[in-house]
Amino acid sequence: MSYARPKFRHPQLPKNELGYTQDYYEGSISTLCAGCGHDSISAAIVQACFENNIEPHRVAKMSGIGCSSKTPAYFLSHSHGFNSVHGRMPSVATGANMANKGLVYLGVSGDGDTASIGMGQFVHAVRRNLNMVYIVMNNGCYGLTKGQDSATADKGSKNKAGNVNDFESINLASLALELGATFVAQSFSGDKTQLVPLIKAAMKHNGFAFLNVISPCVTFNNNVGSTKSYDFVREHQEATSTFDLVPHKTEITTKYDEGTTKSVVMHDGSLIQLHKLEEKWDPQNKLSAMTALENAKNKGEILTGLIYINEQSEDLHALLNTSDTPLNKLTQDVLCPGTEKLKEINKTLR
Amino acid sequence: MVGLDKVNDFVVKFANVNGTGSASANLLFTKSIFRMGLYVSPKNFFPSNIQGLPTWYEVRVNDKGYIGRRDGVDLMVAVNAQSLKADISEVKPGGYLLYDSSKMLYSEFIREDVNYIGVPLMEMCNKEFADPRQRLLFKNIMYVGALSALLDIEFAVLESLISEQFAGKEKLIAPNIKALKLGADYIKANYKYPLDIRVERRNLTDNLIMMEGNAACGLGAVYAGATFAAWYPITPSTSVVEGFMDYCAEFRNAPDGKKNYAIVQAEDELAAIGMAIGANWNGARAFTATSGPGLSLMNEFLGLAYYAEIPVVLVDVQRTGPSTGMPTRVQQSDVLMAAYASHGDTKHVLLFPSTPKECFEMTADAFDLAEQLQTPVLVMTDLDLGMNDHVCAPLEWDENRKFKRGKVLSAEDLDKLGSERYGRYLDVDKDGITYRTIPATHPTKGAFVTRGTSRDEYATYTEEGPPYERNMERLIRKFETAKSYVPGPQVYNHENQHDHGIIFYGTSTQSSEEAIDLLKQKGIYLDALRIKSFPFNETVEDFIAAHDKIFLVEQNRDAQLKSLMMIELGIPSKKIIPVLNYEGLPITADFVVKGVEKKLVKKRKKSNSIG
Repeated sequence: MSYARPKFRHPQLPKNELGYTQDYYEGSISTLCAGCGHDSISAAIVQACFENNIEPHRVAKMSGIGCSSKTPAYFLSHSHGFNSVHGRMPSVATGANMANKGLVYLGVSGDGDTASIGMGQFVHAVRRNLNMVYIVMNNGCYGLTKGQDSATADKGSKNKAGNVNDFESINLASLALELGATFVAQSFSGDKTQLVPLIKAAMKHNGFAFLNVISPCVTFNNNVGSTKSYDFVREHQEATSTFDLVPHKTEITTKYDEGTTKSVVMHDGSLIQLHKLEEKWDPQNKLSAMTALENAKNKGEILTGLIYINEQSEDLHALLNTSDTPLNKLTQDVLCPGTEKLKEINKTLR
Repeated sequence: MVGLDKVNDFVVKFANVNGTGSASANLLFTKSIFRMGLYVSPKNFFPSNIQGLPTWYEVRVNDKGYIGRRDGVDLMVAVNAQSLKADISEVKPGGYLLYDSSKMLYSEFIREDVNYIGVPLMEMCNKEFADPRQRLLFKNIMYVGALSALLDIEFAVLESLISEQFAGKEKLIAPNIKALKLGADYIKANYKYPLDIRVERRNLTDNLIMMEGNAACGLGAVYAGATFAAWYPITPSTSVVEGFMDYCAEFRNAPDGKKNYAIVQAEDELAAIGMAIGANWNGARAFTATSGPGLSLMNEFLGLAYYAEIPVVLVDVQRTGPSTGMPTRVQQSDVLMAAYASHGDTKHVLLFPSTPKECFEMTADAFDLAEQLQTPVLVMTDLDLGMNDHVCAPLEWDENRKFKRGKVLSAEDLDKLGSERYGRYLDVDKDGITYRTIPATHPTKGAFVTRGTSRDEYATYTEEGPPYERNMERLIRKFETAKSYVPGPQVYNHENQHDHGIIFYGTSTQSSEEAIDLLKQKGIYLDALRIKSFPFNETVEDFIAAHDKIFLVEQNRDAQLKSLMMIELGIPSKKIIPVLNYEGLPITADFVVKGVEKKLVKKRKKSNSIG
């Protein structure tokens, strides 16, 4: 591992619409283990932001505590980040989002941070339809404390020490769906072709966009018998569809067979183009999405790709009817009722 | 029988069943006396329950300006059969008991030294009102009518209060007035009136207001420009955010009908403060309100905000702990936890309001202080101040006052830095306070990762000792700076004249001030100081140094502010003599007098035996 990122860049690196090259979206060098799935997800985030033409300073990177929560330092160095408290990222993200509705809130969490200590905050952020991207880098174990099983470890899965997990696992995608998440997707850190467009679509979604990304822990949970290892996930990944995100006003070039294609228009006018691989699955039908997840589980497969989307949903700001001007931009003349009003209030207090 | 003969100096207590609408009738009674220009101090003693349990409302009436609680009931309005026996035993000898004589009072309820005034409330209500809900509600209004005759309350004042209350629902005015009259007329027909305890118009309170502290905190947050509140319901703090909500609904509507504020009811107190911190981090003024158990849960986040230096305002309406304690009773028992909340080395800025006016001002100040000092600021109020009406001076807001947002760099500021590297935790001004940036301020400059882990001056993660130590030392330097930012103590004497001093804070203030007067009458003279904030400044140190003994009045068992003074100012334990009330009811002047006397007598006895 090298500790200094080389500064040399090819002069003809492609630029996006804003004139930035992809390396502008990178962060400081990762201190995670070599081969960690999380680093691949960070790279996918970098690529997604680059391709989505996002102004880095308009992104707020939010995280809790754990290996996954360290990653915001490893992408988007021109964005503000908040590496908060274990399991409490959703609340901090909620407050940040309330203060300024104009930014992209990119939350990164782990399976311990979300499915155990942070379960309470996670479920409530979902049900409020907070406008954010919530990525769980899910490896089924606690990395920083050296490999204990997490609540997403599958029943019967074997950890590095050879112990078999006897407890039911929490399926975060099913849970998010049940709680009313308006965008639910699953992916695999090793499948960049699928992951990048999913992150891009999640960022364009107006509401709570949940991405459960299986991200193997090379050090503590990549052994034979683990259901979160690279080998296992590669062998058992079953995609719902191939997936393209077509920006607004762009010509659609991909052609699929009639009847297997589905298009979803996003909030900003861009288009999700799906080529369905899973029959009887309709991403805009919650029941069908749940069935697809459950079927995959019964077959011992991991269903990946977009699972569900409701692109018509109202986010928390809409539900609370907050002003168009972000709350943190409102000035004293608008906010403070002033001396005369106070005199009137005093009169009512007699 | 001997009467009491006390004009404008008595206590009336109402024994009701909760959930029967007595609160508005009792408030009507209090307001009528307040409108006659007298000081009133109403206190609710309510159970942690919604309907069916005993609840009491006690009003002290006074024309000397004392608004602390006073022991002893001169007149008991006993309309709750469940608590009747205990209620009767509370009446002072020679006092009065107004009861519902619709049913006969058994002999076991008769005390020879109490005057009984029976009014057939239920019977009259059933006869005069057909609607069952009205029968229940007007029973209460009817006893207020009876009291107006007994205590000589001007009927016109009651009438105008009723008309104001039901403006817009005019058809409710007539039946209310009718109920008042029925009560008054019954007294006039059957009893000698007014009693020897009664009111005389004084017009002393014409320029004062009456308000609950929690509503004042909510209004203070509106005036300070808070745009976001996150909270979890908990007695007795709930009405802080409800107050904020009501005032926002009135003052914070955008022309297009949208809202210039957001309020989120969180899933718990952890999330509530997390949200408030997130919003402040992103440049909005935001707060939360809670009480003891909630404050316990917020400890971890308070540590983060202290260490990562994020402003946040927390209104702590203290109640009786530990654990669930007595959730509807008062204490000042969160002081130590608040001062040092969180693991690791932390210290927090605390403000101690003692009136609704100060609740308003200090909540507004808290937002300035939090942003100037980039740290949590806790407004330490309590159940008595928060949930009872208090008479105080009118609220004031200086038209020229500007929000103090502290050291926040704008895009222009960042541009001016040129090639100089921005350091989030770089102590440029040597006052411990560094410059922060709000997300999305500048396209290329000023971004950093906020974290609870150690970092260097440039917000870069590090586990090295020296930068960690430098940072912790700077935080102490900042806390020193805070001493000149927070409101100083109230000093009662221009110079320290006496050997002994007395210190108090928050809702111990009114009773302590009265106690000082009472002690004077007994030849005991004390210099006084009221603590308004933590950290303590030099005035506090000087006051303690200038006296050989300090009485410290608090409403907790462990003398928590005393501990804080010992730790922070190095005061020897023996120098501070605690006077501690922690039964859950507001402290009285008598209690303070007795506490001081007892300790002085003990000391005198000791010195005699030595001598």
